[in-house]
Amino acid sequence: MDILAYDFMQRSLLAAVLVGITAPAIGIYLVQRRQPLMGDGIGHVAMTGVGLGFLLHASPVWMATAVSALGSVLMELIRWYGKARGDIALAMLFYGGMAGGVMFVNIAPGGSNANLSSYLFGSLSTVSPSDVTAISILAAFVVVVTLGLRRQLFAVNQDEEFARVTGLPVRALNLLTAITAAVTVTVAMRVVGLILISALMVVPVAAAQQLTRSFAATLAIAIGLGVTVTISGTVTSFYQDVPPGATIVLLTIAAFVALTVLAAPLARRRARSAAAAHPPVDPAECAIPAMRGGPDKIGV
Amino acid sequence: MTNEPAEPVIALRGVTAELGARPVLRGIDLSVGRGEVVALLGANGSGKSTAIRTIIGQVPASGGTIELFGTPRRAFRDWARVGYVPQRTTAAGGVPATVTEIVSSGRLSRTRFGVFRKADREAVRRALELVGMADRAKDPVDALSGGQHQRVLIARALVAEPELLIMDEPMAGVDLASQEVLARTLRAQVEQGTTVLLVLHELGPLEPLIDRAVVLRDGCVLHDGPPPRAVGQHALPGHDHVHPHAPAGTEPIRTGLLS
Repeated sequence: MDILAYDFMQRSLLAAVLVGITAPAIGIYLVQRRQPLMGDGIGHVAMTGVGLGFLLHASPVWMATAVSALGSVLMELIRWYGKARGDIALAMLFYGGMAGGVMFVNIAPGGSNANLSSYLFGSLSTVSPSDVTAISILAAFVVVVTLGLRRQLFAVNQDEEFARVTGLPVRALNLLTAITAAVTVTVAMRVVGLILISALMVVPVAAAQQLTRSFAATLAIAIGLGVTVTISGTVTSFYQDVPPGATIVLLTIAAFVALTVLAAPLARRRARSAAAAHPPVDPAECAIPAMRGGPDKIGV
Repeated sequence: MTNEPAEPVIALRGVTAELGARPVLRGIDLSVGRGEVVALLGANGSGKSTAIRTIIGQVPASGGTIELFGTPRRAFRDWARVGYVPQRTTAAGGVPATVTEIVSSGRLSRTRFGVFRKADREAVRRALELVGMADRAKDPVDALSGGQHQRVLIARALVAEPELLIMDEPMAGVDLASQEVLARTLRAQVEQGTTVLLVLHELGPLEPLIDRAVVLRDGCVLHDGPPPRAVGQHALPGHDHVHPHAPAGTEPIRTGLLS
């Protein structure tokens, strides 16, 4: 494999694997709590962090982590306290984050939108050794949270009201979910880019759901699919000279379409065997009920 | 079992709560003793669900005191003693989940850091057997009927072996077969000494189990005492309780109790 002869490709492939694991691992909880676009919002906010990194000569990865974690906590607080204006406040946060990023990069000495481009769309050649260290540490955090606390996160995101009565710290777990999503965005931004990261959180989960009937299997297949598409996208990007982020996302969507087509006959077969195993309950219910209390109403 | 009749399992005193700016509870007193089965009745919008949700902490109370097992609710940590069955519509996630996965989440209050042992898996299996859903353990919940789904939610509440069961409209939208299973399950729990507080729209098949009924109207307690008996035509088997909700005070109280 000549592709591994290049140091930058080794770094990119490692980053790609970590993205393939972490993005669906946190994404499944966002899908479960029906906020699949939260990753998108965090990606916008992270742009301000990247811009600040350039301006302050700090690492854009760590800066983006700090700013997007802050932004995600803010989004979570808006979700708690926000009433009718919650969606407007979120929109402000998204657009403000994006505008802040463009502004800071351009204020930075010698900075221009070109610097931002590799963070927006991902790039293989720019993953530096220090980026790999940062990405590995952040990915480890995401894996520990999403897999280690999977029962707790499952309970909170499935039914928050019930989770409260099991004594789980619901607010703390919601905040942790938000921060973990923010960290995942910054793990992924070097390879997939901030604009497309949300796709990798959501689409593998949606694709896995075409085949699965349990949460555990959905999680496992989504991660497997995530790793497959990030590696194959990165390799394709190396040989064909196409942007890695776009390649990975298009591959993921192709996988979704393929699985959806494949799943249709599977679902039919399952429905048939379920009907055979569990005949419809209480067939008497289907009979037309006697007119209860009818005669009363007929009298004029 | 040591009986402490002096200490109610649930004690609400002067509880008020608002949803948005609208007052929903205007000073509720409610006490549920150990082993008692209390039904919370009232018309739609009378505040019965809100009352339950302030007890579990989902809706903040703006005034009054709430105690669980003699401890102020804010300081209460012993949640394994409480089983909760929310209204069925609240429990739908965006990812498929099996019956076992849903019921297992009810066991978290008995585990350390969410690590499941053999005894926990055993408890999940037992809870599913109690509600007659053991053969559906590996099925996804969205393939179940309304009544079967409700049975799963009751298993989720029972899996931690609680001393107090709080249920919000457990019979709503449930087919006859499941209603019978639910009534039987509940009877077995009550026989073991479980305390029950449940919101009901009407007494229905649970009537023989209920010791006391608390009726709410407009966020106030209207009646607290023996469960109202259906009389006259209302008592006929198969009577569909459909009538326009009359304004307060124009009818005997008894009619309002069942609506």
